[in-house]
Amino acid sequence: MKGKHRWVVSVVGVVAALSWAVGIFCPAGAKAAKEPYKVGAVFAITGTASFLGEPEKKTAEMIAEEINAQGGINGHPLQLIIYDDESDATKSTLAVKKLIKTDQVPVIIGPTQSDASLAVAPIAEEAQVPLISCAASYKIVEPVSERRWIFKVAGSDKHVVGKMYDYMKAKGITKIGIMTASTGFGASGREELLRLAPEYGITVLADERYGPKDTDLTAQLTKMREAKVEAIVNWSVGPTQVLAVKGWRDLKMDNIPLFQSHGFGSRKNIELAGGAAEGVLLPLARVNVGPLLPDTQPQKKVILAYTQAYEKKYNEPVSSFGGHAWDALHLAVAALKAVGPDPAKIRDFLENTKGFVGQHGIFNFSPQDHNGLSKDDLEMVVVKNGDWALAPW
Amino acid sequence: MADIFHGAAWLQYALGGLTIGAIYALVALGYNIIYNVTEIINFAQGEFVMLGGLFGVFYYQTCGLPLGAAVLCAVATVGLTGLLLERYVIRRARHATVLSMIIVTIAFSILLKGGAMLAWGKDPYRLPAFSRAGAFLWQGVAVQPQALWVLGISAVVVGVLTVFFRTSFYGKAMLACADNADAARLVGIPVRTMVLLSFGLSAAVGAVAGVAICPITLMEYDRGALLGLKGFGAAVLGGLGQFYGALVAGIVLGLAESLCAGYVSSGYKDAVALVLLMLALFFKPEGLFGSKEAAGLKRF
Repeated sequence: MKGKHRWVVSVVGVVAALSWAVGIFCPAGAKAAKEPYKVGAVFAITGTASFLGEPEKKTAEMIAEEINAQGGINGHPLQLIIYDDESDATKSTLAVKKLIKTDQVPVIIGPTQSDASLAVAPIAEEAQVPLISCAASYKIVEPVSERRWIFKVAGSDKHVVGKMYDYMKAKGITKIGIMTASTGFGASGREELLRLAPEYGITVLADERYGPKDTDLTAQLTKMREAKVEAIVNWSVGPTQVLAVKGWRDLKMDNIPLFQSHGFGSRKNIELAGGAAEGVLLPLARVNVGPLLPDTQPQKKVILAYTQAYEKKYNEPVSSFGGHAWDALHLAVAALKAVGPDPAKIRDFLENTKGFVGQHGIFNFSPQDHNGLSKDDLEMVVVKNGDWALAPW
Repeated sequence: MADIFHGAAWLQYALGGLTIGAIYALVALGYNIIYNVTEIINFAQGEFVMLGGLFGVFYYQTCGLPLGAAVLCAVATVGLTGLLLERYVIRRARHATVLSMIIVTIAFSILLKGGAMLAWGKDPYRLPAFSRAGAFLWQGVAVQPQALWVLGISAVVVGVLTVFFRTSFYGKAMLACADNADAARLVGIPVRTMVLLSFGLSAAVGAVAGVAICPITLMEYDRGALLGLKGFGAAVLGGLGQFYGALVAGIVLGLAESLCAGYVSSGYKDAVALVLLMLALFFKPEGLFGSKEAAGLKRF
């Protein structure tokens, strides 16, 4: 027994001597030995929402590399722990629990999707770890009394719908048909479309839902035409939003304007629609239209810097979704830089952040608003010659 | 009278239903071919459809082949995948029960899906339509030429398969293997070759479905499972092993879904297919066109 005790003491002594020696002889090494700051991330890297999660993951990895190349956060290297939830809310909750219990991260970014974010919000809330979601649904951060630890960087659906209805009002459109996917994203969009319509004097004449893996939307579109709507709003992510565009074109319904949600905000969708997307309207965050912005726009500089770095590194165009990861991670890093890896201090810092210039707008958080964006952070965009263009008002 | 037809919404719904129904039918045919010869239900059938579409895109876009050649190459490649499945997976497990082999096919389907994800990534892909013409209006109903291609191809495949199994030497030999493999072997039928052929043929039929719908619906790596499920529903509804049954049941399923989406709510569309399947299993488990007597003789 006594012998074992002596052995432990000698090991401790040797370790202490060695670390002292390292401290003396390698001053640079001592700096790198500062413990890393951890940031947890949950993205839908595979599965139905992979086209959202993958650019988010790539963006987050790129930013972490950039920050570490510049010497980390106050000298602490940034350690990014990313889990894939496979577009599955159940797996998302497991990943968040793992980040909190096993990895003990002080702040989490993600998940990618609304349903996953709604599922993990109570977990982060209970564990008192700040979580910056990349998904859109307003329910993720409301009511704020139950969501003290939850923030989100994607514009709320109400901002997107508000912008869309503003535009319709300017164009004299009052009767619309809506088609939404039966996912968390679609259901949340549908709710806002129906809720805000009366405020803008808009009547919803047709309200159709479909599955996220559906292969044919002509029935829903035909119903819209039968209802004699003046505009159609499609609210989904994934291949169905391309099917909506193709069906709309094939059924010769292009005299009825087609609005898409901000989920359409990836150039791949324009390519996939193969020319059918001309004239499709959608509200988009400025990150997608960086070069089109006037030079006076304060976001233009950060957007162009991100766009160039991303396109150079991955050889593919940026999307809205990568921009969410940019905003979420840079907010987390700003908090770590200001207050260190203390969850409660990070939360307070985030809640009081004002004028943070990000990819998706200028964030002004407050105790009543954990999103910090408004409908004015969006631009109305139209597909023109296979690319985005600012829509004429 | 003409007004009832002109521009009627129901005609548009019916057309959409027919097109998607024809695809369900082609998937169901794939199940039937393998079932007829081995009594195995090959749950990798949906993945063959997915692979058909993605290989079509590969040969057309990456290899730059003309569309017709790309389609043929895709069908051949997927047919070869089916042969490989039989030769290197199913045959090694030939002493296992039919149920174990069905589970093996599920494993293979997961393998194919994962492989496709690695090879093609997670984005959907598109093929151009087989004929250049765009959608046209007929009686006020918008018709996509590709939908006609899908319907025509399905009809031809059903016809050819029926003739093949009823009258040709190989077809009859393949059916004999299912009735009684030992007896078939005694009369000199190479049972193993027939089983091998059935897998190749079924994979090729799945691939035909995949390339045919790719221009309409796009194709991505995880599309196979749902198509496989609906196709399985059609196969059971029509009576396992019945080719015309599969065609009729597939189209019934497609029409029911589309009309439900049009007149009830598109939210219940998928439920319609599954309710039809359950009704069939409760009240006529041998399927609409299956014979009760024949079903009684099957092991599965």
